[in-house]
Amino acid sequence: MPHVISIALIPLLPLVGFILLGLFGRKYFNKSAGFIGTFLLLVSTALALYTAYQYFFDIGKVNGIYQKLVPFKFTWLEFSKGVSIDMGIMLDPISVMMLVVVTIVSLMVHIYSLAYMKGEARFATYYAFLGLFTFSMLGLVISSNIFQMYIFWELVGVSSFLLIGYYYDKPSAVAACKKAFIVTRFADLGFLIGILVLSFYAHTLDFNTLIERLTSPASNEFKAAVGASFIGITALTWGLVLVFIGGAGKSAMLPLHIWLPDAMEGPTPVSALIHAATMVVAGVFLVARLFPVFSMSAPALYVVTFVGVTSALFAAIIACTQTDIKRVLAYSTMSQIGFMMFALGISGLGGENGLGYTASMFHLFTHAMFKALLFLGAGAVIHYIHSNEMKDMGGLRKYLPITHISFLIACLAISGVPPFAGFFSKEEILLAAYHHNPAVYWIALLTSGLTAFYMFRLYFSIFWGKQAHLHGEHHGEGGFAMMLPLLLLAVGAVLAGFIPFGHFVSSDGAALESHFHWQFSVAPVLIGLLGIFVAMWLYKKENDKPAKMAASLNGIYQTIYHKFYFDELYIFITKKILFNLIGRPAAWFDKNVVDGVMNLTGNTTQLISEKIKGYQSGKVQQYALYFLLGIIGIAALFIYVWK
Amino acid sequence: MPEPGLYHLLFISAALFFIGMFGFFTRRNLVTMLMSIELILNSVNINFIAFNKYLWPNKMDGLFFVIFVIAIAAAEAAVAIAIIINLYRSHGSIDVEKAEELKY
Repeated sequence: MPHVISIALIPLLPLVGFILLGLFGRKYFNKSAGFIGTFLLLVSTALALYTAYQYFFDIGKVNGIYQKLVPFKFTWLEFSKGVSIDMGIMLDPISVMMLVVVTIVSLMVHIYSLAYMKGEARFATYYAFLGLFTFSMLGLVISSNIFQMYIFWELVGVSSFLLIGYYYDKPSAVAACKKAFIVTRFADLGFLIGILVLSFYAHTLDFNTLIERLTSPASNEFKAAVGASFIGITALTWGLVLVFIGGAGKSAMLPLHIWLPDAMEGPTPVSALIHAATMVVAGVFLVARLFPVFSMSAPALYVVTFVGVTSALFAAIIACTQTDIKRVLAYSTMSQIGFMMFALGISGLGGENGLGYTASMFHLFTHAMFKALLFLGAGAVIHYIHSNEMKDMGGLRKYLPITHISFLIACLAISGVPPFAGFFSKEEILLAAYHHNPAVYWIALLTSGLTAFYMFRLYFSIFWGKQAHLHGEHHGEGGFAMMLPLLLLAVGAVLAGFIPFGHFVSSDGAALESHFHWQFSVAPVLIGLLGIFVAMWLYKKENDKPAKMAASLNGIYQTIYHKFYFDELYIFITKKILFNLIGRPAAWFDKNVVDGVMNLTGNTTQLISEKIKGYQSGKVQQYALYFLLGIIGIAALFIYVWK
Repeated sequence: MPEPGLYHLLFISAALFFIGMFGFFTRRNLVTMLMSIELILNSVNINFIAFNKYLWPNKMDGLFFVIFVIAIAAAEAAVAIAIIINLYRSHGSIDVEKAEELKY
């Protein structure tokens, strides 16, 4: 058993950083904040790696099955017997894997920010927020209780809000952080109701007990959850779908994705940490955590699949037309998370059927590496060019050689070119899809072609094509602090795929051998290469082909460029429909009825007090007279009435 | 000449009480008002003594009450005169009508 304290310290050290830098940072640590935060996280990362090593190679396995260990649990708030909010630590393959992913990516971002955020006035605040985020995310993944997870879930949302709105003097950043918070908060309402539904039937909030009760068909709780139904859908499915809505909100799945592209207003390292590698996969993690329960409800899994696959395709199409490089990456993130979602949706529980589950977690792992790398690379480019727009870039390969190479590696990884990490995980997802749902397989294949295309469109536009107009003095690539994370993550993006992931993470804890058929890989790799060549043909040399193509597809191009008018749709619904039908009547009611009642009370009191205040005249003898009259009155009452 | 009975004493007490009351309500001079209050207290004292003597001659309760009342009246007079002196210092007068700032 690893020492409980050493596990608890993994999330608590970033919290220490948050408190220290948040309270005293601006005054005492404005210069050293970065080193304090980075050092604390370095210790955290070392502990996480140690825990992972212990879990996977020493204590986790009993008879070849990885166990769900709960080394620490403390009842925090008990509602009734068995139903309580606990604060606990749960170790199982996915939570341990997430510990490693979150600490590593967070550490990379901490190091990178040392250079990227240098000279910011609120440097210490930035590191404080990073610490808060890391703490909440780590707390989320090791939660042993669904409500504990919900608490950390909201904390993650808050820290995301704070970091998106870091440049609070920029109106677009303020709007973006509010949008992100409101949209995800709205989705979290679904999560909360889902928790209530599930715990109402399972009579517990504890993950292990809940999963145990809702997955054994003989248990009373399961019978009750399946027996009860609302408009023809069982309570179990309702609960799961509502929980999934929360996950879809955090993971920017259709139609709750609108906040993610705007969230790119935050500092670029933040986008790498929160909106690419860790927080946005919380939804996938949630579904994976409750996967045994999901597998009991085919309709809920169908919803997950459908939402995942549409989001993947939809986001990939939009990504092909965007010109802001961070937005391209944002849509690419959404598309890749869609892959993870539908991989869970098509998966079954146990043995070979659980391939989708393993593939999804594998993709989550590799995606964290190469997407963080892409964002940090984009950050280096933005740092150099001072612009997010593709049109300001071009031919940068000579000026940013390290960024160029690492960016290329990440692009190859995400496009699924062997032997980079993305190839292996995407291959597994496609294989699982091929076996379980051919329709999903074809859409996924098309999407991976599109992925290769838009990633290399980005790559060629930044590093090849026309020569960018570089003006003014230019500092180099950002120094050692910015290049080190790029190189480390590039190594990860190359090597992560060779980890025999099925041995460690599988739907039932038993090792899963991945059967690798090279014949199967031909189609995905070919379509990926096709995407790359099309992008090369269009964007490698400066030419007018892309513009002509856009012109010939004018209507469609405009629709896609405007993201299928989703934002406009939301604005229409909120401003025109909700405001007019609900907001205005509510405002009228508030102004006239609620305020009216209050004003009436106030005015009446004032009127009465105006009338009677003369009795407090300040004349002592008058008071004595009232006193005498009162005595006489009471005496009269006692004598004549209450004899 | 007959021995004075309970009713005679109660009559004196009631008369004294209303004289004090009248003085308290009509006089504007604080010292006079204080004197009126003393009259009222003394009327109460006479009441106590009278009832003690005529109704429970074997008990001493009324007498003790009277001693208490006299003691408290002395303390009250000291406090009241202190207040009056302070009022005179701040307002330059001991007219009760002049001290009426403490109102709505």
